[in-house]
Amino acid sequence: MRDVAIIGVGMNKKWGELWEMSMRDIFVEAALDAIDNAGVDHVDSMYVGCMSGGLFTGQEHIGALMADYLGQCPVPATRVESACASGGAAVRAGFMEVASGMSDIVLVGGVEKMNDVSGDDATYALATASDQEWEAFSGVTFPGLYAMMAVAHMHSYGTTIEQLAAVAVKNHANGSKNPRAQFPMKITVDTVLSSVLVADPLHILDCSPITDGAAAVILCPADRAKQLAKNAPVQILASTQASDTIAYHSRADLTAIESTAKAAAAAYKMSGKRPDQIDLFEVHDCFTIAEIMVMEALGLVEKGKGGPAVEAGETAIGASIPINASGGLKSKGHPVGATGVAQIVEVVEQLRGASGERQVAGARVGLTQNMGGTGASSVVHILEVM
Amino acid sequence: MPTARAWREYPQRYRYEAAVCAKCGKWFFPPRLVCDACGHREFETKTMKRTGKILTHTVIRVPPAPFKDQAPFAVAVVEMDDGPRITTQYVDWKEGQLLIGQKVRLEFRKIYTDGHAGTIQYGYKAVPA
Repeated sequence: MRDVAIIGVGMNKKWGELWEMSMRDIFVEAALDAIDNAGVDHVDSMYVGCMSGGLFTGQEHIGALMADYLGQCPVPATRVESACASGGAAVRAGFMEVASGMSDIVLVGGVEKMNDVSGDDATYALATASDQEWEAFSGVTFPGLYAMMAVAHMHSYGTTIEQLAAVAVKNHANGSKNPRAQFPMKITVDTVLSSVLVADPLHILDCSPITDGAAAVILCPADRAKQLAKNAPVQILASTQASDTIAYHSRADLTAIESTAKAAAAAYKMSGKRPDQIDLFEVHDCFTIAEIMVMEALGLVEKGKGGPAVEAGETAIGASIPINASGGLKSKGHPVGATGVAQIVEVVEQLRGASGERQVAGARVGLTQNMGGTGASSVVHILEVM
Repeated sequence: MPTARAWREYPQRYRYEAAVCAKCGKWFFPPRLVCDACGHREFETKTMKRTGKILTHTVIRVPPAPFKDQAPFAVAVVEMDDGPRITTQYVDWKEGQLLIGQKVRLEFRKIYTDGHAGTIQYGYKAVPA
């Protein structure tokens, strides 16, 4: 297997409600940004992470569509879907294609256009990432499923609503330094707790938003990276994925995200890095409770200690375990198919020292964790600047 | 919901039919074709007892479209006494009964109506036992 490097990254100038842009425009803008950032003149193959083009825009067959509008026909282009982990899974597909020797320069993008449908239709589309027949039938929503995780975690470990709110406060503080963030405003614990309840105990400010956006990366063999790249290349030390039951209710431990623990254990082994050798983490904070449970699954804190660690400021930029320097899904936005790719974009920029006000000083190794549904899919990547 | 799908799910939604692995005895609700514990592919159909307890819960305040007229409503993960776990609405409870560990019983209830002219979906909801 060949070593693989990232030589280019790209995103839209701003994520949010992109009314003037179609799904294809959003994708192509980010892909062109990545191509320019890499300085390559062609790509050999493409993967596109997208959760639900069909339900959000009525469009499927997204691989070929994006190859067409990016002017890259006839290169092979395939859409990858693993719910909200579609982006991470697409990066893993591109990684495997370069590692195998099948292709040299692979573009991996992720996209979601979520604002063209009503809130009801978006809620329906997102609920298809749960067990449609045996969970969604009861009327439970995605916030409802994560709310049940929060209730179970609070019952077992004494996690508090103030600790949940502290995740949102920290991520908005980080996002306020990210010019691409959808909601770059600072908030307080009081703002979160006085916002409307969506599913008890989660308030609207515990939830990531509905977002239009795309992100893209360019991969190549590591031994060609320095020759091809015009910006510092970053090596992919590990690319792993794990699955768990589709229904949250069937999980062995209702307070844990086992697929993330499994994918992380495999990634630590593949990379030879321990958590304490990693300088920053971009994780899937689709809801505030998710970030706390992911911290525990990654082994960054003991089981049940995630809430107190966030409240004590241990996960802020400049503290011992910086998490979601980008603002996370919470503040930066969560265009579901793009999120896993955008996490990689953030870590690459951080490892290049190009993150401006939100730079984690001296970062050389970073980890991304992207998950689908209530954790039925988890994808973990570990990256190191070359 | 497509009529054929609703019809396929009647044995579970109306009659609580589970599949019990003929080799290791693990209960599955809904039934599966292969046991995730031992890999066996033969099952016996058994009716699940309708009692269980709440493992976790929430109150949905922003509901999906078909449930608009029901919000706010409680939803729970229930562990059935025979072993399988389900996600279900929890209704007819009084203050102090929305609790982890609360004993519940499943009852046959209307779940939602598919639009103005669609079929009415029935199934189970949990009530305090």
